[in-house]
Amino acid sequence: MTTDTLVRDPVSRIPLSQMDVSDPKLFQNDTIGSYFARLRREDPVHYCRESAYGPYWSITKFNDIMQVEVNHQTFSSEAKIGGIAIQDMQTGESALELEMFIAMDPPKHDAQRKAVSPAVAPSNLVLLEPIIRERAGLILDSLPIGEEIDWVDTVSVELTTMTLATLFDFPWEERRRLTRWSDVATATPETGVVSSFEQRREELLECAYYFKDLWDKRINEPPKSDLISMMAHSPATRDMPFLEFLGNLMLLIVGGNDTTRNSISGGVLALNQNPAEYRKLMADPGLIPKMIPEIIRWQTPLTHMRRTALMDAEICGKKVRKGDKVVMWYISGNRDEEVIDRPDEFIIDRQNSRHHLSFGFGVHRCMGNRVAELQLRIVWEEILKRFSKVEVVGAPERTLSNFIHGFTRLPVKLYAH
Amino acid sequence: MPTVIFIEPDGTEFPIAVKSGTTARDAAVNNGVPGIDGDCGGECACATCHVHVDAAWIDRTGMAEPGGMEDNLLQFAEGSTENSRLACQIAMTDDLDGLTLRIPDGQH
Repeated sequence: MTTDTLVRDPVSRIPLSQMDVSDPKLFQNDTIGSYFARLRREDPVHYCRESAYGPYWSITKFNDIMQVEVNHQTFSSEAKIGGIAIQDMQTGESALELEMFIAMDPPKHDAQRKAVSPAVAPSNLVLLEPIIRERAGLILDSLPIGEEIDWVDTVSVELTTMTLATLFDFPWEERRRLTRWSDVATATPETGVVSSFEQRREELLECAYYFKDLWDKRINEPPKSDLISMMAHSPATRDMPFLEFLGNLMLLIVGGNDTTRNSISGGVLALNQNPAEYRKLMADPGLIPKMIPEIIRWQTPLTHMRRTALMDAEICGKKVRKGDKVVMWYISGNRDEEVIDRPDEFIIDRQNSRHHLSFGFGVHRCMGNRVAELQLRIVWEEILKRFSKVEVVGAPERTLSNFIHGFTRLPVKLYAH
Repeated sequence: MPTVIFIEPDGTEFPIAVKSGTTARDAAVNNGVPGIDGDCGGECACATCHVHVDAAWIDRTGMAEPGGMEDNLLQFAEGSTENSRLACQIAMTDDLDGLTLRIPDGQH
């Protein structure tokens, strides 16, 4: 960057002490990248004294993030002291105090995760692959050629919801309820998805009772390979208290919905912004398995995870105090030039493309990463069979959130082969 | 140069000779052994290099330290057994020449 551009760049004029990367608008208007680039350059472990979420540390470099992540003895995920996002977990009357293992520390985390993880293990996914592929094909076959459509709603949301319905063996006609519950679970009143925390609580309880019904049915049927049946029949989970059951369900619903949804949309946008890469893909569909991790790095569908320091600690020479909020910005670490070669470029056959932060590391590493990759691989294989191009024909609209990095609308036109 | 032998679930063998000090994970990733992704870069942080150490070798490689990060991660890996290790935590030495590591079934 030349001095000239530095002078004109408004981000470079903000005093470092006033840099606050938590403003959801910076993610919605897609200007956040230059804020993180400056922090990585000038103050990679940055303390923000005042924000809408209180004071917090930003960890912006790849290796520092990894060090915080694997040190769960010092940096806690526990919900009761704040949880896993920059916004503290809701407590008190209007909140539903869901217990989910993503917001627990070992050893409780370990027992619960172990109970649920076989459902998304590769050996179980092999059974689901043909069903997911068939359903993906049906959705893509129903799309109009040459007309403007919203890729987010007609494809990304539909496909991830469908996969989730398949994983749960959820009543097919009612599958959009899953989408709604996923949106509600991560919503606060200011996002407009719900009007109050009370409404959120009521809708989540409705979700809980709906699943309780499914559970009661499955437990009286022979075991099957869907998640509900597995949880109902497994000795490790079948006696789970109701709020824990609901918490872990919500974790699976949100984890399997928002994230992959936005990586499906993000991949279409990235290929359109990089036409040479799109041509490379069309010439060699065998590159799909390599491209998938690159899409997941490029999109980074969750911008961050948060921890709370259980004791005084030092990160990169900075003194973090017991009780401090520590935010690991995956979206920044995934652009760290010290670890990733040409990080601002989208390269579908990138060497070492699996070395990214989007799934996190350590004991909380994304449990559903293989489902995400499977789904993205199937989607792209089926897209390439049908369309010569998915063309972005208008500006994408992005999610107003500092946690979910995604899209609310992506206008596209499809071209047949 | 000690040799490490990876065996796929279908029986395919990948013998790889490496310099002493190289981890089994690096040997696999640098030679494209299917099923060993090594996503975290060999930092003991992801469990994508999970292997079953052949029973004849487990005394020489040792087991994961109980309660340590490797042990923590192995609990969540599919098909984890008492002979499970993360290949990134096994550094090759002349003493380990011929070390046989099996890729767990289902580890893509």
